[in-house]
Amino acid sequence: MSYVNSRVRKKDAMSLVTGKPVYTGDLIPQNTLVVKLLRSPHANAFIEEINTAAALKVPGVAAIFTYQDVPTSRFTTAGQTYPEASPYDRLILDKHLRCAGDPVAIIAAETEAAALKAMNLIKVKYDVREPLLDFTKAKDNPILVHPEEDFKALCPVGADNRRNLCSTDVFEVGKVEEALSTCDVVLTRTYHTKANNQAMMETFRTYSYLDEYGRLSLVSSTQVPFHVRRILSNALEIPKSQIRVVKPRIGGGFGAKQSAVSEVYPAFVTLKTGRPAAIVYTREESMTNGSPRHEMQMTVRIGANKDGVIKAIDLYALSNAGAYGDHGPTTIGLVGHKSLSLYGGVEAARFACDVVYTNTMNGGAYRGYGATQGIYAVETAVNEMAAALHMDPCAIREKNMVLEGQVMRTYYNETCNSCTLDKCMAKAKEMMNWQEKFPAKVLENGHIRSVGVAMAMQGSGISGVDIASVEIRLNDDGFYTLLVGCTDMGTGCDTILAQMAADCLDCDIDRIAVRGVDTDQSPYDTGSYASSTTYVTGMAVVKTCEKLREKILEAGAKLLDIPVEDTEFDGKRVFCPGKDKEVSLSQIGYASFEGHNRCISASESHSSPVSPPPFMVGMVEIDLDPETGKVEIVDYAAAVDCGTVINRNLATVQTEGGIVQGIGMALFENIQYDKFGRMMNNSFLQYKIPTRLDAGKIRVEFESSYEPTGPFGAKSIGELVINTPAPAITNAIYNATGLYFRELPIRPEDIALGLLHKDEN
Amino acid sequence: MQITVTINGKKYTEDVAPDLVLLDFLRAHGCYSVKRGCETSNCGLCTVHLNGKPVLSCSVLAVRADGKSVTTLEGLQKEAEEFGGFLADEGGEQCGFCSPGFIMNVLAMVRELENPSEQEIQEYLAGNLCRCTGYQSQLRAIQKYLAWKQEGTK
Repeated sequence: MSYVNSRVRKKDAMSLVTGKPVYTGDLIPQNTLVVKLLRSPHANAFIEEINTAAALKVPGVAAIFTYQDVPTSRFTTAGQTYPEASPYDRLILDKHLRCAGDPVAIIAAETEAAALKAMNLIKVKYDVREPLLDFTKAKDNPILVHPEEDFKALCPVGADNRRNLCSTDVFEVGKVEEALSTCDVVLTRTYHTKANNQAMMETFRTYSYLDEYGRLSLVSSTQVPFHVRRILSNALEIPKSQIRVVKPRIGGGFGAKQSAVSEVYPAFVTLKTGRPAAIVYTREESMTNGSPRHEMQMTVRIGANKDGVIKAIDLYALSNAGAYGDHGPTTIGLVGHKSLSLYGGVEAARFACDVVYTNTMNGGAYRGYGATQGIYAVETAVNEMAAALHMDPCAIREKNMVLEGQVMRTYYNETCNSCTLDKCMAKAKEMMNWQEKFPAKVLENGHIRSVGVAMAMQGSGISGVDIASVEIRLNDDGFYTLLVGCTDMGTGCDTILAQMAADCLDCDIDRIAVRGVDTDQSPYDTGSYASSTTYVTGMAVVKTCEKLREKILEAGAKLLDIPVEDTEFDGKRVFCPGKDKEVSLSQIGYASFEGHNRCISASESHSSPVSPPPFMVGMVEIDLDPETGKVEIVDYAAAVDCGTVINRNLATVQTEGGIVQGIGMALFENIQYDKFGRMMNNSFLQYKIPTRLDAGKIRVEFESSYEPTGPFGAKSIGELVINTPAPAITNAIYNATGLYFRELPIRPEDIALGLLHKDEN
Repeated sequence: MQITVTINGKKYTEDVAPDLVLLDFLRAHGCYSVKRGCETSNCGLCTVHLNGKPVLSCSVLAVRADGKSVTTLEGLQKEAEEFGGFLADEGGEQCGFCSPGFIMNVLAMVRELENPSEQEIQEYLAGNLCRCTGYQSQLRAIQKYLAWKQEGTK
C-alpha cells in the first residue's frame, strides 16, 4: 500500500488555489434568466390577494409566478433515501406562509435590477396571524403550523399535524426508573442548544436549462444530486426520466446542501419559460431561509454510585423543526443513539423525543446531525456528575466508556468492533498535560486558565439504507476512469477514493481519472452525508477493484493464451510467474478497445448492515477573564479514532475545521428572532463565525483502530469532529468559575454576570 | 459613466452604472476567481489588489477604480501556484471557495510585512473567513511558504 494513510494532495487542489471557474456561479451561461424570490415579511400569514400586473410591466421581466401557478403536490426538500422520513409538508409556493422569508412569488428577469424592481411592485395583501415561535409551547398549541388536509408522512414517525408534531419516538434498554432508584446520586439537568447556520462560504445556488433532448438539466451546488432528481420530480410533477442533475465543485456544504434549498425555483422557471434560469442566494437568504441545525432542549437524568459507576441515563429531547420537517424525524434519532452509546456498560438507558413545528425557519442537516446536541447534553451531565462525586471528569469516563467488543445496546445492538476510545483518552491527557493542568490555575493578570474534556462518537453511513456504487473502466494505454456518485464538497472524497483505487490496482494515482457527479452518467450513490463516503463508497471502490482485477487477469490470460489460474497482475502487466510470458496493462487496454465483446470495466455497489462509530476525545484549555467573562481558546487537543486514516492531511484538516465550527457553536453562534419571528442576525456582521483569531491552537493525533467492515479498516471522520467543543468548553468554564452554563452559546456577559451573582450569594 | 481600468495588465474603457461594484465589474470581465461570500464586507472572499493594495471589491465602486490598476488571482497565476502548492500540501484549500481572496491577501501581506510573526499573520488575515479548515492548515502553509521564500533569497 502506498497511497492509503499518506498525505496526498487533493486532485482538484491546484485548480482551486489558482481560482479557476469551477463552481456553479462561474458556469452560468450568458442570457440566463435571473431568478429572485419575493419573501414573506410575516412568520404566519395567508395570502389574501396578490397582484403582479405592475411588476410584469417592468422592462426585462420574463415571468412572475405565484401560488396559483405551481403544482399542488406536497413534497419535502430533505435529501434522503425514499421513502423519506421527513413529512411531505411543503409546496413550491403556498398560500399559507409559515415562516418569515417563505417565498411568496418567483420573479424571472433578464437582469437582477429588473427582477428587484419588479419585486417591489408586487402587491400582496396578507391575512397576518399570530405566529407560534416558542418551541417549548408548540405541542398541542391552538396555533397550527400545518392545518392543511393534504399533509403527508410517508413513514410512521409519529407525525401529527393537528398537534404540531413532526415526529415522536421513545426507546428503552433495561429498566431506567428501577436503575435510577438504586443510584447513590441522581442529577436532573436541562440543556438548551441553539439553531446554527452552516455558513458555508458558497451560498445556495442552482441553474437550469432544457438540454438538447428537451430534458430539464440542472447544475447545482448540492450534496445529493440523485435525491434532488427525485425531489424535483415530486415538486414539479414531471417524470424523473426528464431530469438530469450535475454537481460541479461545491463551496462547502456541512449538511446545508443535503436539502434542495434553491433547486426548485429556477427549475420551475425553466419548465415554464423554456429558458435557462439561475438563482444565487444572497448571504441574507442563506441565513434567513437555509437549513440550519435544529434548536433543542434536552433533559438528562443521570444516576451513578459513589464509586463513579454510571448506572442509568434517561434523556428527553425536544427539537424545533421550524416551519417544515426537513430532517426533523431523523436528526432527533442521533441525539439518543450517538450520545448514550458512549457509555456502553450502563444498566439502563432511555431516550424519548418530540419534534415540533413552529413558525421559524425550518431546520436541516448540519454536521453532527443531532449527535452534536445529544453529546453536548450527555457529556455535560457526565461532567456535572463527576463534579458531584468529586471525581476527575476523565476518571469517571475511564470507568464507564464503551470498549471494543462490547455490544452497544443503545446503538441497534451493534457490536463495537473497532474502538480505541480508551487510548484516545490516554493520548489526549498526555497531549494536554491534563494531570498538571486540571482543573485550573489563576494567572498573575487575574485570568484563569482551565481545562475541560468531552468524548464523542458518530456513525459511518446509515446502516441498511445508504448505497454507494462506483464504476471503474480500463482505457487504452492502461489508465482508469473512476466514476463516483458521491459528492466531493471540498472534503476530498474524489481524491481519497482514487487513493484507495490506486492501492487496490497497484498503480500510480495519476493513472486514475475521477469523475462525479452527473445523474445521467454516474453510478447511483445516496450522496455525501451521514459520514458515509469514506466508509460506504470506499468499500464500493474496494469491491469494484477486486472485480476489475479479475477481468484484467482474464483478458491478459486470453492474450497470452494461458489459463487464467496461471497468471498474476502486478498493476503494470499480467504475467505468468516463472515463465517468460507477459502482456502489459497498456496492451490489454488497447486490445480491449478492438474487435471483441468485452470492454473492461467493473461496477459494484455497497451497503453496510452496520454503521461503525468513530470515536474521539477532545480537551480544551481556555483563558477566562473573570472581569469581562471573555473566554479565549488557548489550546485544543484532539485524539481521534476514525479507523485507518486514508489521507492524513485531509483527516487532520477535517478535525481542525470541525473543532472550530464547534467552538463557534459553544461561544458565538445563535440564530435569533425578533417578536415577529424575523431573524435578527442575518449577516456575517451579526452572526459571527470564528475568525482565525478565535480558533486558538489545535493539535490532532490519530489513535487508529481497525474496522473490519471498512475499506482498509477505515470508518468516518467528517461529522464526529464537531461534537466535543461545546461540552469540553462548558466543562472548562465550570473548572474556571465553578458555574455550569446549560444554554449555548456561553457569552461573556453570562459568565461575568454569573460570577457576580455567585459572589453576591 | 465612462471609466478606464487596467485589469491584470489589460486596459478597458467602458461605460458603467454608477452603482456597479468592482466585484461585479471584474466577474463580468472573466475574473471568476473573485467570489462574493456576503453582503456586509465581512468575509474577504472578494479581495483583489487595487494599485497593489488589497481591497474588498464588494465595497469599492467600479468608478472608484477609474484610472487605476486592478489585479486578481488570474493576474498572479505564478504566485498563486507557488503559495497554492504549499496550501495544497497541507490540504488547506478544502472547498476552495475562499482560497482566491485569501491568497490575494496572503500575497499582499508578504509584500507588506517582513518576517511577520504568527500573531501578525493571524491579525493581517483576520478578515478572511474560512468555514472548512479551522485555519490551522492555512497558517502552516503560510509559515512554510515564508521559510521557502527566505531560503530563496539567501
